[in-house]
Amino acid sequence: MELKEKLISSFMAFEEKIADVNTDLHEIRTSAIKNFENKGFPTKKEEAWKYTSLNAILKNDFSVFAKNENAIEFAEVKKYFLNDVDTYKVIFIDGKFSSYLSSTTHDGLDVCLMSSALTKPKYKMVIDEYFNKIASKEESLTSLNTAFSLEGAYVNIPRSKVVEKPIEIIYFSTGSEAALMTQPRNLIVVGENSHVQIVERHQSLNNNPVLTNSVTEIFAQKRAIVDYYKVQNDLQTANLIDNTYIAQKQDSHVSVHTFSFGGNITRNNLNFYHQGEHIDSTLKGITIIGDKQHVDHYTLVQHATPNCESHQNYKTILNDSATGVFNGKIFVEKEAQKTDAFQQNNNILLTDKATINAKPQLEIFADDVKCSHGCTIGQLDENAMFYMQQRGIPKKEAKALLMYAFTSEVTSSVKIPELKAKIARIIADKLGVNMGFDL
Amino acid sequence: MLQIKNLHASVEDKDILKGINLEIKAGEVHAIMGPNGAGKSTLSSIIAGNENYEVSEGEIFLDGEEISELAPEERAHKGVFLSFQYPVEIPGVSVTNFIKTAINEKRKANKQEEMPANEMLKLIREKSELLEMDRKFLSRSLNEGFSGGEKKRNEIFQMAMLEPKIAILDETDSGLDIDALRIVANGVNKLKNENNAVLVITHYQRLLDYIVPDFVHVLMDGKIVKSGDASLALELEEKGYDWIKAEIQ
Repeated sequence: MELKEKLISSFMAFEEKIADVNTDLHEIRTSAIKNFENKGFPTKKEEAWKYTSLNAILKNDFSVFAKNENAIEFAEVKKYFLNDVDTYKVIFIDGKFSSYLSSTTHDGLDVCLMSSALTKPKYKMVIDEYFNKIASKEESLTSLNTAFSLEGAYVNIPRSKVVEKPIEIIYFSTGSEAALMTQPRNLIVVGENSHVQIVERHQSLNNNPVLTNSVTEIFAQKRAIVDYYKVQNDLQTANLIDNTYIAQKQDSHVSVHTFSFGGNITRNNLNFYHQGEHIDSTLKGITIIGDKQHVDHYTLVQHATPNCESHQNYKTILNDSATGVFNGKIFVEKEAQKTDAFQQNNNILLTDKATINAKPQLEIFADDVKCSHGCTIGQLDENAMFYMQQRGIPKKEAKALLMYAFTSEVTSSVKIPELKAKIARIIADKLGVNMGFDL
Repeated sequence: MLQIKNLHASVEDKDILKGINLEIKAGEVHAIMGPNGAGKSTLSSIIAGNENYEVSEGEIFLDGEEISELAPEERAHKGVFLSFQYPVEIPGVSVTNFIKTAINEKRKANKQEEMPANEMLKLIREKSELLEMDRKFLSRSLNEGFSGGEKKRNEIFQMAMLEPKIAILDETDSGLDIDALRIVANGVNKLKNENNAVLVITHYQRLLDYIVPDFVHVLMDGKIVKSGDASLALELEEKGYDWIKAEIQ
């Protein structure tokens, strides 16, 4: 049976199992599965998927749910966590919550499970107000996730709360199934004047194929500050489609850093919607991949209100036969006067076989705006290489230093020092060097 | 120390050096002057091993060893230093981390242990004081946002840290105000001893007031057309290069 049919036929059985208190959810799920049924998996014929084909991975016979509750020892996966800082943790193994690895809270804020939030009456008001409100109803993969939405992280921060501990959301795949597809669903609501830092990661622990179709909705209320980090350094058999939707109210600041260092196919759909004035949105990314890996960044910033800013900065280094895509869309509505939208995308190709498809898209309907975009594709600067070699730094290390320097505009704004150091170590490791100091 | 014999070089099939002969002994300061486009910077790049230039003929010896086939970093490890006319900016890597890496790579190549951290710190403090550099400067990203003077001072700081046998200063005076020029020259003079040598490449005589050369060579159209002592530089400053052109013809 093809995966699409398998998913549709699993849907009824799935719904029967859930003890929903909320009849609205049934309708949301039903119309979502219908949309997926109509549209199916996206193909390269669609403009938005022109450069990313899912065909090869859809041939795997994915299980739609893991059969067993699987456990892993903390020692095995310790390296995927932040270790020197205290954090809240919402951890999943093969799509199921692991209470053993998690550290949740209801003390002044909720950091817990989506499945609780969706099924328990006390969360109903928040769910009714936010769940599936900003996620696309049209996009077929988001609909697929909505139809099967049950498990994931639920974060609700009341007003005027500075969350001291970062929140880690990690999805592990153990490979207990020959091939597994999961539909993680996260909901993050950050109240007025509140601050939070979140790190999200998807990690396979063996080489059985995985397809993760994740949806995250983030709501930032007035003057909220949200810093969200996505660490994508997965195995070559792991595929990730990340759909993130962010709604921002007046004076809020939201930044998303996406570090794409590994995986087979990674697609990041990152969407920002402005719902107030003086909003600041930051989208930054570093992609360093090789072999035949593929990373596609598909961003949208919808400027709908006046006096808002958006800053995009994506750096890509492609080795071997790797392929990269950057499709960055800035939409400035007629009302969005005094918009300041900035987009920068720099790419380095280390071989003749590596490919980048870069496509900035600016659609501007307001007349008093500042929009700029720059895109470069190049090789490493020979003059800089000579400079470093002249100081005695061998070619390989010099290359690595230069590539590190190339990405530093993105790493410099990571606000969690341990995460910053971790990213630097992953970069050094990717580049195959040990510089003798933390880059 | 440095011997250059009949050096010919080209870039993209254009001949730039057309038979250079030069011998620099330990303890000496040489200056190469010449009009724009004479090949001065090409010569310094080639000594340091820039692979964009092709050496078609001739040899370069450092302490009797032929080095023209060596990679730039290998030459650096053997004691060649080139102070760049346009030092490169490397964001995200501090001055301190860069120089630590450079020193330890050199030590590794020469089969020495890494320099102990306290020794490194002491050396950095000592040499940065010599160049009158601010402490804060050392933690800034290498050359990023540095003024022209800061960049050149940082070059000489690296030279002081690396203690090369032969230091080539390529247009080090360009973009320097008089104070920076004095500091840079003072640094070079303090580092100078009977076991190393300095080659100053310059368009103007100004720097040579501070770093007084034992020999001055005039490079024109890819050849050294005239050599003399420090007074030659003054003569060039006064009369320009045209009289030499006339003299050759």
